Amino acid sequence: MKLVKRRYLALQLETEEEASQREFLDTVWASITRLYGEHGASQTGLALIDFNELKKTALIRVSLSMLQPVRASLASVTQINSKEAAVHVIAISGTIKSLINKE
Amino acid sequence: MKRKFADLHLCLNPKDPNSTPRIMAKAAALGYDLIAVPLNPDIPEAEISKFKSICNDAGADFSSRVDLTPKTRKQLMFQLRKLRRKFEIICVQCENKEVARQAAKDRRVDLLSFPFLDFRDRFFDWAEAELASNSLAALEVDTKPLLLLDGSKRIRLLSTLRREISIAREFHVPVVVSSGVAKEMLLRKPREVAAFASLLGFDEASALNTVSTIPSNIALRNREKLSHGFVAPGIRVVKEGADC
Repeated sequence: MKLVKRRYLALQLETEEEASQREFLDTVWASITRLYGEHGASQTGLALIDFNELKKTALIRVSLSMLQPVRASLASVTQINSKEAAVHVIAISGTIKSLINKE
Repeated sequence: MKRKFADLHLCLNPKDPNSTPRIMAKAAALGYDLIAVPLNPDIPEAEISKFKSICNDAGADFSSRVDLTPKTRKQLMFQLRKLRRKFEIICVQCENKEVARQAAKDRRVDLLSFPFLDFRDRFFDWAEAELASNSLAALEVDTKPLLLLDGSKRIRLLSTLRREISIAREFHVPVVVSSGVAKEMLLRKPREVAAFASLLGFDEASALNTVSTIPSNIALRNREKLSHGFVAPGIRVVKEGADC
């Protein structure tokens, strides 16, 4: 039985300079923590599945109940490593396989 | 049916006219079907048509908008009389209570906007909402300050907006969430803007309506009113001349 429903998000990074996986993940966590606090961040179930530095794409997994808060947090990202940046959600799906097909 | 998304407050950079096609193309690429840009009240019709064609080339519909910042009630009435027939969307930046109250009850006003940093000058209270509920005015919320502010200022703004939106919903005053940005990097997809709206107390469907149905309806309603042959809602001149 599946206890926690999850959603997979394909993300497109828009940055002036290349951002590393660590910098991206730190920025996302910082953004969630700023908006929802540590308690809220702990409920997101956020995990990075894939990150492509060259294509500037990322694939993350979040808990379904926290999908909207995570989207709001991703939208509130304006800087990665002190450089102007934006994170756009390209596609959302319940499985990685269908997410890749959607992309 | 596919939702049509609208951004009624896409700002242009007056110092960089070359950025206009770029930012409009970006907004269209992000999924906006309708874009409204605040223009100078004295702008000639030819310039408006130019913006319209740039926007249509980018793949989105264009609505002309003017932002009024009157100091008194009389000034507001004068500006409305002068500009209502020229622009599709009229937004009043309410900087004092007198203007805010008049703007809320005037049926020629489409959007009410309040300063986002002066929390004492945000006059959207119960009285304002009651007046707005009897007219056609909607409350406009920009995402720009939510993106750019940080710390205590953002916390205070979120709390103020949540209170105002709860009052607006109680009185059935429509709320429009717009971007208010002039930089491409600060533009967000409509569903991301809707996610922001959910921070302000909207459920998912209502949040989506604030960036789609509500702003689109405002633009369509005014477009119909400004069109040739409009008499009153539901009444149009279909034919005129001696043979009628």
